[in-house]
Parts: sequence; structure tokens; C-alpha cells
Amino acid sequence: MGDHHHGPAKGLTRWITTTNHKDIGSMYLWFSFAMFILGGAFAMIIRAELFQPGLQLVEPGFFNQMTTMHGLVMVFGAIMPSFVGLANWMIPMMIGAPDMALPRMNNLSFWILPPSFIMLACTLFMDGGAPQAGWTFYAPLSTTYAPPSVTFFIFSVHLLGVSSIMGSINIIATVMNLRAPGMTYMKMPLFVWTWLITAFLLVAVMPVLAGAVTMMLMDVHFGTSFFSAAGGGDPVLFQHVFWFFGHPEVYIIILPAFGVVSQIIPTFSRKRLFGYDSMVYATASIAFLSFIVWAHHMFTVGMPVAGELFFMYATMLIAVPTGVKVFNWVTTMWRGSLTFETPMMFSIGFLILFTIGGFTGLMLAIAPVDFQYHDSYFVVAHFHYVMVAGAIFSMSAAIYYWLPKWCGRMYNEKMGQLHFWVSFVGFNLAFFPQHFVGLAGMPRRIPDYALQFTDFNMMSSIGAFIYGAAQILFLYNVIATIVSGKPTSEEKTWEGAEGLEWTVATPAPYHTFETPPPVK
Amino acid sequence: MLQLSKNPTIDTAVKLAGVTVAMFAFVFVVMVPLYNVLCDVLGINGKTSGEAYTAVEVKVDTGRTIKIQFIASNNAGMPWEFGATVPMMKVHPGAVNDVLFFAKNPMPSAMVAQAIPSISPTRAIEYFHKTECFCFNQQPLDGESSAQMPLQFIVDQDLPADIKTITLSYTLFDVTDMANSAVAKR
Ligand code: HEM
Ligand SMILES: [Cu+2]
Repeated sequence: MGDHHHGPAKGLTRWITTTNHKDIGSMYLWFSFAMFILGGAFAMIIRAELFQPGLQLVEPGFFNQMTTMHGLVMVFGAIMPSFVGLANWMIPMMIGAPDMALPRMNNLSFWILPPSFIMLACTLFMDGGAPQAGWTFYAPLSTTYAPPSVTFFIFSVHLLGVSSIMGSINIIATVMNLRAPGMTYMKMPLFVWTWLITAFLLVAVMPVLAGAVTMMLMDVHFGTSFFSAAGGGDPVLFQHVFWFFGHPEVYIIILPAFGVVSQIIPTFSRKRLFGYDSMVYATASIAFLSFIVWAHHMFTVGMPVAGELFFMYATMLIAVPTGVKVFNWVTTMWRGSLTFETPMMFSIGFLILFTIGGFTGLMLAIAPVDFQYHDSYFVVAHFHYVMVAGAIFSMSAAIYYWLPKWCGRMYNEKMGQLHFWVSFVGFNLAFFPQHFVGLAGMPRRIPDYALQFTDFNMMSSIGAFIYGAAQILFLYNVIATIVSGKPTSEEKTWEGAEGLEWTVATPAPYHTFETPPPVK
Repeated sequence: MLQLSKNPTIDTAVKLAGVTVAMFAFVFVVMVPLYNVLCDVLGINGKTSGEAYTAVEVKVDTGRTIKIQFIASNNAGMPWEFGATVPMMKVHPGAVNDVLFFAKNPMPSAMVAQAIPSISPTRAIEYFHKTECFCFNQQPLDGESSAQMPLQFIVDQDLPADIKTITLSYTLFDVTDMANSAVAKR
């Protein structure tokens, strides 16, 4: 019996063989940060090239590889694993479980990821270079006209798909079976709720992505013509399959972020979350609706008018539950005794900027207007407002919020505030002007542009460099906290915080809730 | 509820693994065929419907003139010369029109080609009737020879008034390999 209670093993083997949810959570978080830096480096190359019109630094072909790899690494390597890491750390501690339900599978689903991304990164050094068809890798660019490395890309997508499916199965099994007695579904913290729903989305659509790349593989190597008109197939089919995965995917990215801010805003407002039930139902309806709006990415492929109308209205409908959430967060803050520590600043930044991104989404949802906006920088601005200021701001908030609990040391508040403000200014400087150049007609994914877009692009590039620099500060701040932050042993780092994770010791011991806690 | 294992955790995991497999299969057995069926039934995708056009009483509507533009292009790797003999025609709805396309095989060996049509705007598809078209059949050509290929069409009298131009585009595919293997099988 005794051997179950030992601490972590020593050295490298601890990390390779661990089945502890906290170890695995930390590995996910560090891995995703490494990917964030890698994807960020690609972005810096893109913005450096776009600093001036004309071709300065890189070949157009390499530029395309950069946009492609940036998108893939950020979406699949940085954002998704970071939230899985957070889920690993927090879900067991929030529902009073000793660990994840399937700890060995948990280890496997993490350790599949590094090889998958190393393989993806290696494509950069292969003959013909890395994939260049964009993170949406439309056929036939990704089949007939792809470099030979596309096969490795496909395998890498298969692997990371398997990893996230296993991760999601684990999360669902944990939430459904390991809740402490008395922790009913409607008492679960919202972060757990949003992740539960996200995990269902993942189980439903990651296999569709796997199907899409499998069809590509067959077209490239086995003579089928799913996406080749020459053999009776249809490239538009690829877009349908991809976006049937792709739109739910964007909610997979944002729902856990919703969960994070729903934890943080009440803490620093010193009030209960306003409209808990409606938050749960709104999340569920967003998840449901996300399955019937995919073709808003394809308004220009030549759909029948009835189709355009259906997808336009269905897309606009999503704004309703999303609006419910935004109003609930604002109402939670209303008349609260607010304080503005770094996690709260990032959450408020999230709230404002995500709402802007939601509005530009609504503009894009208007089918006739989208004919002009489609594939312009306006779309780029839209999705960076929801993905960077949405998902990544909320991730930064989460790190500052829970880091003291994880390592028993307090981060430096001044540096946290600095990180926030530099990020906020850099982000807006980088992406707000992209709305304007987009509306004025600058297409996305090009290495060169017309002269009249120069000023806004320079601003964009400078903003991007500033935002990038702020993340180095973030890394420094986190490491400095872990190594030499001011020790704290208060169970509640934040006096307004509620939830089981704040009832365990600080720093959180290696094993928590080996006997289920009482739930009021 | 269906219980697959005594251990509730394993039970959940196995069911979810089932969902995963089902969704993967869904792509191949539902999405792909459904897409093709829908395109066929709804006549979208720029293809004219396969149904034969039964001529209604012809009333030529000389009050309207519709511009018909012809585009001909080759699929990647197809070496033939291919085009319409006229780039554009002005026709009245209801009238029977003839136009010739030409093709030339510059290669030393015999080849077989297939033209695939596409019409835009998509709303015009159901009002554009082909009574004879080289695209109904494959076109074989001996090495270094050429051919004239006929197309006969009628623009429906019921064509919506706001459509004034119809573009008919053909892409020529090299189907030599497919045609040969079909012959070999026989
Ligand atoms: C009110 C909510 C939203 C609406 C109405 C909306 C609508 C749209 C529309 C219509 C497009 C297609 C634009 C085009 O290509 O012409 C689009 C693109 C996109 N949206 Fe949203 N969106 C919303 C929220 C989100 C969220 C929450 C995310 C992710 C966190 C997101 C991520 C994206 C991405 C990544 C693209 C671009 C995909 C690409 O072509 O690369 N959107 N959005
Ligand atoms: Cu979408």
C-alpha cells in the first residue's frame, strides 16, 4: 500500500513515466509555451517581411510556409495543449478527484505530442520545404500542388488528433465519474463545465479532421480523387469537410477560455458569478450551434442562395448565447468590489477585445458583405481578436491566477501589470490597423502589398514585435516566480476566490483529495 | 443505460472511443456520398443536370438578347489546343444555336479527352439546355490531328430577366489512361 503515497520519482524518468495529473499538466503547459515561442518566431518573420512593401527578407514560397506553420503551430501546438494542461491541473482539484480517470492514457496523450510537432517542424528542412497551403490546407494546394513533405504533415495531424481525442476522453471520464460526493453537475465550477463541453466537441470533430487528412493522403498516394476534379472529385468537398471540423474547432479554442474568465472575474469582483445556469446553457447552445454554421467560411464558393441565407442566420444566432455570456461577466463586475490584479486585468482585456472580435465576426457573417471581406486582412484581424485576445489573454490570466497555488510562490505584481499593458498595447497596435487595410482590400497570405497599405502595415509589424517582446517578459516572470518568488503558504491566494482548489495546501501537494472532500 | 464494463470509467471511455470511430466513419460513408448526391439533386456545382430536355413549343423571344461567352481551358498537363471558334455569341431565348469548338492533339500518339462543363451564374444552369454537346462523350484523337466539335443549345424562354450574360466554361481532361484500361478490361 505504502508505495502509492510516495512523492515524485527523481530525475528525467519522473517526467517520462509520470501518471500524476499535476506533472502532466505542467508538461503540457511548458510544451505549449515552447510552441508559442516557435509559432511566435514564424509570426515575427511574417511581420518583418510585411514591414515594407516589396520583397525584402524571404522568398514568397517561404513566406507561405511561414503563414502555414504559424497557424498550425499556434492552433494545435500552443493554444490547444495549453488548455489541456490547465484542465489536467485544475479539473481534478476543482471537482475533488485524486487524479484524472485514466492516468496512463494521460501520459500517452502528452508524449505523443512532442514527436508530432518535431516531425511537423522538420518539414521545414525537407526537399520542397514545409506545407505552404495555409493552416486550412485547402486541396488541391495541399494535394496536387503540395511539396513532398505533405505526407509528414498528414501523419503529424493524425498523431496530434489521436492525442487530443485521448485527452478529451480522459476529461469526460474524469468529470462524469470522479466528482466528489455532493458535487452535482450544476455545482461544478464553470471551467469544468466549459471543458466538459469542449471535450465532447473534440471527440466529435477531431475524427473528421483525421478523415480529411486521410482523404488527402489517399489522393496523394493511392490514386483516389476525393478532391480532384480530373478524377470526378471536387475540391469544394474538402472545404466542407475541413470546416465541419474547423468551426467547432474555433469554439474548442474559446470555450475553455470562457471557463477561465468565469472563474477569475467573480474572484476579483468579490461576488458570485452572475447567471451561472444561463452560462451553462449558453455554453451548450454555442457548442450545438457550432455544428451548423461551418459554411460561413465558404460564402464565396458558389452556394445556392438558400444555403447562404441559412448559414448567415445560423451564424448570427451564435451571437445570442455569446452575448449572454458577455452580459453575465459585465453584470458580475457591476457593483462588485473590484480590484485589478494581473489576472483580472487580463480578464478585462479579454472581455473588451473578445467583444470586438465578436462584432467583426458578425460583420463577416453577413453573406453579401463577406464577398468583399473574405480572405482579406479583415478576417485576419477578426480571428486574432478572438484567438489571441480571447484564448491567449485568458491563458495568461489563468497562469497568473493559479501559479501561486501551483508553486507556492507569488509572482511579481509590477512585472505582471507591465506584461499586461505591453501586451495590450502591442496587440492592438498590431491588429487594429489590419481591420482598415482589410476593408481597403489587402488580401491575406501575401508577402507583398500595394503602397497605400504601407503605414498601417508598419504599425502592425511594430505592434507585433512589441507583443512578442512582452511574452519574453512573461516567460521571465514565470521562471523568476518559480525560482525565487516570494513564498506564500496561504490556502487562498486571492481572498475572493471560491472553489475546492483553494482548500488544499499551498503549494498544492503532489497528491490531493485522496479522500473526497465534503461539498456544501 | 447500456453498460459495457463494470468499471464506470472504462465504460465511459469505451463508449467515447466508439463515438470517435463512428465520427471517422461518418466522413467517408455519409459526408462524401451525401455531398455528391446533394450536388446532383440540386444541380449546384456548375454542372448541367443530367435530365434530357424535352423541347417545349418553341417560341423565340426576339425581344431579349442574351450574351453567351465561351471559355475553354486545359486541365494541368493536358497538351491539346482547345477553344471555341467564336469567343462570344448573342442569342435569343428559345432559338436553337450552333457553335463549333476545335481541338488539336499535337502529340505523336493517340489520346482521349473529356470536356467537363461549368456554367455561371449558377442560377442560369437550369435554363441552359444542351441538345447536342461534344462533352456528352469522350473525344479520341490520333496523334497530330485535329477535330471540330459541335455544340447545340437552347436558352430557355423562362430565363430570369436579370440574367443578361451566361458564361459557359469547359475544362479539357486527359482521360487516355482511363479509356485504355477500360478497353483492356473488355
Ligand atoms: C460571434 C461570434 C463569431 C462569428 C459570428 C464569427 C464569424 C466568422 C466568419 C463569418 C468567418 C469567415 C470569414 C471569411 O473567411 O470570410 C470567420 C472566420 C474565422 N473565425 Fe470567427 N466568428 C465568431 C467567433 C469566433 C471565435 C470565438 C473564434 C475563435 C476563437 C473565431 C475564429 C475564426 C477563425 C480562426 C476564422 C478564420 C479562418 C480562416 O479562414 O483561416 N471566430 N468568423
Ligand atoms: Cu467559423
